[in-house]
Amino acid sequence: MKRLSLIAGIAVLSAGIASAEDVMPAKVMFDDGAINASLTGMTGNPEEGAKIFMNRKLGNCLACHMNADMEEQPFHGEVGPALDGVGDRWSEAELRGIVSNSKEMFPDTIMPSFYRDTGFTRSLEKFEGKSILSAQQVEDVVAYLLTLKES
Amino acid sequence: MRTLLASVGIAALALSGAASAGEDAVLSVDGEVFVTEAAAPDHLENVDTIYSGWVFRTDETQELQLDDFDNPSFIFLDQALDTWETVDGSEGKSCASCHDDVEDFAGLKSTLPRVENGELVTLTNLVNECRTERMGAEAWKYSGADMSAMTALIAHQSRGMAMSVAIDGDAAPFFEKGKELYYTRVGQLDMACANCHEDNYGNMIRADHLSQGQTNGFPLYRLKNAKINTTHGRFKGCMSNIRATPFKEGSPEFKALELYVASRGNGLSVETPAVRN
Ligand code: HEC
Ligand code: HEC
Ligand code: HEC
Repeated sequence: MKRLSLIAGIAVLSAGIASAEDVMPAKVMFDDGAINASLTGMTGNPEEGAKIFMNRKLGNCLACHMNADMEEQPFHGEVGPALDGVGDRWSEAELRGIVSNSKEMFPDTIMPSFYRDTGFTRSLEKFEGKSILSAQQVEDVVAYLLTLKES
Repeated sequence: MRTLLASVGIAALALSGAASAGEDAVLSVDGEVFVTEAAAPDHLENVDTIYSGWVFRTDETQELQLDDFDNPSFIFLDQALDTWETVDGSEGKSCASCHDDVEDFAGLKSTLPRVENGELVTLTNLVNECRTERMGAEAWKYSGADMSAMTALIAHQSRGMAMSVAIDGDAAPFFEKGKELYYTRVGQLDMACANCHEDNYGNMIRADHLSQGQTNGFPLYRLKNAKINTTHGRFKGCMSNIRATPFKEGSPEFKALELYVASRGNGLSVETPAVRN
């Protein structure tokens, strides 16, 4: 009985924002703009990644990137390059690096750093000390990007 | 018969001319043509041509600005004209008690903000100075309804005149401060005004067509909230969108930013009251 509730507790934890297993934003190691190991130690879920990609309060990647895979969605932005075939152009580790902190790969980019929680100026209080996406959400987005292949 | 047909034809042409809008459309109201595209002022380092925000709006939004009867702003300007003649404060005076005609303010908006005795002064500051110092009335809230409408009415008197804000002499330190703010990244999204309005004007950002973020049309009517919006109100909105804590309306930071941004539009026509989405 004791054991069972312990396991249930762990399950609840890992569904939450940050699990103890996650590599925290400050501890992330970049290797030429790439991050080699998963931030959660696990592979992400591409379906969740697609939702985060279009959600205006999460990734909102569609604000800046066209994505033919989401043709049914209105209003694709054109600030960044179209992401069609991006899963062929970049490796998993590079995509993880670009999503976590694009400035490591593209120093002066307008693209936000989605897994960084310090170094911002005048952040709104409710976002203070927080990253835009959790480690799990970054992994989900990376898993989704890897499905975008040149057909 | 012939001449009649011909003149009907011309009338139809003129009509369709007036109603047509678009990226290369001409902004003209009552036959007065506005400068919506001009060579960038010399102090701009990264931009060759400046454009009014009107150029980037949809045909439908553009058209609302082509005819004052269609422009929803004028309801608010009429209200401001009533306020102009309304007595307020301990001195028993209205604006009209001292100022003959609001038309006398032609040429004011195009040169503001400006420096007086070492202080940067906006149109809002000038109006509130009259209220508190000369009428014995309460200051209006910086972007409140009364102030937005009154500053729009006063700015409207400069419509068609070229923006011409001074940036040298006394104004230089404020210009430098505003410029620094314009290029400083802020908020959790870590962006500067320049990232959107200098590097990406003309591009779609989700459903929005990015303009150069010019202020020549302010105060202006927005379809989004169906009221007159001020420059500082817009700055605040843009900062919140990038998850940054906005500076306060009327703060030294926003006043310096207003001076700098206004000077980036030197050469464009004042459009107040413009219409935006
Ligand atoms: C504010 C605009 C903006 C947003 C939002 C944005 N990006 Fe980007 N992104 C860019 C730009 C601009 C570039 C090009 C790099 C540069 O600046 O030189 C880029 C580059 C990329 C690249 C490399 C593309 C290639 O083909 O080389 C990937 C992958 C990418 N972004 C993924 C994402 C994902 C995933 C999200 C959402 C989590 C996202 N971006 C959100 C602007 C944005
Ligand atoms: C008691 C007289 C008085 C009243 C009442 C008054 N003003 Fe003034 N106003 C002045 C004087 C004096 C000046 C400064 C002299 C000048 O520059 O014309 C001035 C200046 C201004 C200016 C700056 C003009 C410029 O070219 O620099 C504006 C704008 C203005 N008033 C608006 C208003 C408005 C709006 C009201 C009503 C809410 C108002 N005033 C009420 C006397 C008055
Ligand atoms: C993420 C991109 C982004 C950033 C960063 C940004 N803005 Fe904007 N801004 C917009 C959008 C979108 C609009 C509405 C469409 C347009 O006019 O560009 C807008 C509109 C404006 C307008 C109204 C223009 C008009 O003609 O109606 C002004 C002025 C403005 N911004 C100033 C600023 C200033 C000053 C900053 C920096 C504090 C800033 N913006 C930062 C996206 C941005």
